[in-house]
Amino acid sequence: MATINMPRVFIPPPMRPLTAGEEVVEVAGANIAQVIENLEQRFPGMKERLCQDDALRPGLSVAVGDSVATLGMLQRTGPDVEIHFLPAIGGG
Amino acid sequence: MATAENPKYKVIGTRPVRHDGADKVTGRAKYGADIKLSGMLYAATLRSPHAHAKIKSIDTSKAEALPGVRAIVTSADLPAQGDRIVELGEGAANMRHLTANVLAREKVLYKGHAIAAVAADNIHIAEEAIKLIEVVYELLPPVMDVRKAMAADAPILNDDIRTASVGSAPAAKDSKPTNIAKHFLFEKGDIAAGFAKADVIVEREFDTAMVHQGYIEPHNATALWNTDGKITVWMSTQGSFSARQQTAELLKVPISSVKVIPTEIGGGFGGKISVYFPPVAALLSKKSGRPVKLVMSRASVFEATGPTPGSHMKVKLGATKDGQLVAGEAWIAFEAGAYTGSPIGPACMCVFACYDLPNGRVEGFDVCVNKPRTNAYRAPGSTHVAFATETLVDEICEKIGMDAADFRIKNAAKEGVRRVDGPVYARIGMVETVEAIKNSDHYKTPLEGKYRGRGIASGFWFNCGLKSSASATVNPDGTVSLLEGSTDIGGSRVGIAMQLAETLGITAEEVIPTVGDTDSAGYCDVTGGSRVTFATGIAAIEAAKDIQRQLVERAAMIWEVDVAQISYRDGGVHGPDGKFLSFKEMAGKLHATGGAVIGRGTSSAATQGGAFGTHCVDVEVDPELGKVQILRYTAAQDCGTAIHPSYVEGQIQGGAVQGIGWALNEEYWYDERGEMRNATYLDYRIPTCYDVPMIDTIIVEVPDPQHPYGVRGVGEVPICPPPAAIANAIYAAVGVRMHDLPMSPPRLSAEILKKK
Repeated sequence: MATINMPRVFIPPPMRPLTAGEEVVEVAGANIAQVIENLEQRFPGMKERLCQDDALRPGLSVAVGDSVATLGMLQRTGPDVEIHFLPAIGGG
Repeated sequence: MATAENPKYKVIGTRPVRHDGADKVTGRAKYGADIKLSGMLYAATLRSPHAHAKIKSIDTSKAEALPGVRAIVTSADLPAQGDRIVELGEGAANMRHLTANVLAREKVLYKGHAIAAVAADNIHIAEEAIKLIEVVYELLPPVMDVRKAMAADAPILNDDIRTASVGSAPAAKDSKPTNIAKHFLFEKGDIAAGFAKADVIVEREFDTAMVHQGYIEPHNATALWNTDGKITVWMSTQGSFSARQQTAELLKVPISSVKVIPTEIGGGFGGKISVYFPPVAALLSKKSGRPVKLVMSRASVFEATGPTPGSHMKVKLGATKDGQLVAGEAWIAFEAGAYTGSPIGPACMCVFACYDLPNGRVEGFDVCVNKPRTNAYRAPGSTHVAFATETLVDEICEKIGMDAADFRIKNAAKEGVRRVDGPVYARIGMVETVEAIKNSDHYKTPLEGKYRGRGIASGFWFNCGLKSSASATVNPDGTVSLLEGSTDIGGSRVGIAMQLAETLGITAEEVIPTVGDTDSAGYCDVTGGSRVTFATGIAAIEAAKDIQRQLVERAAMIWEVDVAQISYRDGGVHGPDGKFLSFKEMAGKLHATGGAVIGRGTSSAATQGGAFGTHCVDVEVDPELGKVQILRYTAAQDCGTAIHPSYVEGQIQGGAVQGIGWALNEEYWYDERGEMRNATYLDYRIPTCYDVPMIDTIIVEVPDPQHPYGVRGVGEVPICPPPAAIANAIYAAVGVRMHDLPMSPPRLSAEILKKK
């Protein structure tokens, strides 16, 4: 039977003390909200750094795969996808 | 030739006359300064003469007593905001800072900071009244340099700022305030091991001056606060919905009570996203009971709106002698201006974005200084860092004896490459833009002559998706009225109309596009991030598909068949037994088949792929004067699919010219008191037609798979390569490596003298 891999979360350098230095962790979650909840379970303190009032912190964006997630916490993930927390980008 | 990646279109790729062309060339188009309302008052703004001071008191009594003065506002009239952070569609705003930037509260943080505004019967009375307002200041030392502002003993601008980062721990409550508002860190691979593999390492420090977007039309707003509580604002803005939200948040009124009517816009380039005047004009209107108009002076546009930051950067690159990049490191500090918000995040993400770099480390800082609060400017942050990286690439190429185009092709980012900030690229066109330059007539033609040199450089921008809406109403004569809410800066109206026309199989001229106000059009995020042709285009395509579905249902009724037997293609509905009705024929049957057909579409889930450009420039340097003449310029850019090639070319040319100005002349020139000494177009020198040759363009089309027609944003990338391309050309001409912008005659001649 094929193994279904969980989303892979890339941990920003300032948060790596919370993961004992791990740069990439596999975390279950059908959407970003669930991924963050599960991150918090494994690495307490994560949620406070990523969220404010159950939304992503202002100025923070999340990329699922190669695309910036337009639905924020509600963005669907999927097996094997990469998740990156990045500065929000505007433009001129 | 049409291919799977570049299919053949009927409307897309053609060059129809723009729908707003007649109004623009006859002067009938309405701009903000053209607004005149019955009983309208004119307002003027009192601005700080100091770069850094506490406001001890403001006395408006003498101004109020001047005949003809109808209302005066200060920050006391604006609601307190507390520590609110508000998402504004394209980035978040700290409302405490935003309101203090509109009208200073306890402190002024830059020369030109607005303090009070007066509405009067005419502008002359308003300007006289401004002089009668008495402000008592306690002067504070200004800090104008980004590195000095980072020092532990630097004067602090904002007591509420603590350094924040993506994923950093919250600051302790008893921590000291700082000017370093943000810190970013990105890492990939093993930086030490990477540099250990390098045969050549170059490391340089770079400084770039603060520069302005240089739009020709100044900021303006006319507001009417009606007795029913409704506020109407006419203004020049890059985003009427963002302006509505900012105005409502600043005034603490419901968003539905504010209506923003966007006028035509005379340039923005990122500088017309933040609001300055609408809440002030609205409050003056509320106090006076009359509509109030504010138009900014050119000096205030320079001193008090949102230029792009100056910067200090240290960048290091390593490569093997056969031309393989092995490691890169960057330390970047940006001047945020008075309040946090420089584009340091994107700068960090762009600095090595053109390359497949196996090992990288990037650190960035957003630093408050006593200059105006910075705003976006075309590919915010990317031009600064492209100047650094691309000149280092040129130096590496010289040291290992490799052609600069070949080096870039060998190391170019491509699909599957992981950026230093983490994500992996989808289909992109960096390689194709370098190849386009390498194969161009320009690059193949030898450059001859003394003090002449050629340089190339590349640049990257992400491009944004964000949210857009459009609706389209079918008219009985076979035309379509298209309504959308994206203010049209660079010809987007026609580009969006063409996508709707392509989808319906009609001509661009048969679409009548209108940019609506916030009560008429569906929500659209700002016109910025090179997003409108992409995202509002998708919304228009969806609206067209909605029309298709409705026309199929109408045809099923006419032919008395099931809808499954009907399809919409090639400009009409096709039914069984060869039945066909064109779009125009179906439009003629609207009223007989049920009335209006209105399509609607939204775009919220799409995100764009990034875009790349590579430029080639020939220069001639006057070694005595240090003046640089641009002899020839060619810009190649991946545009996905060029909807209207003329406007794609125009965007590339405009961006390149702005980049040339940034490279050679433009800079905010401050004295030791923090006063800008060149706040006019006489002294702040943007390029004119006498300074630049025709910018040749090469449109490279690598369609973005995330758009139905493959569109990529165009507007921002072309400003990124020019400073580095020109620096590299200057080196080729006179053997001087320039590490500071602008490379103005005094600065370049000094470097040439040093070399002698």
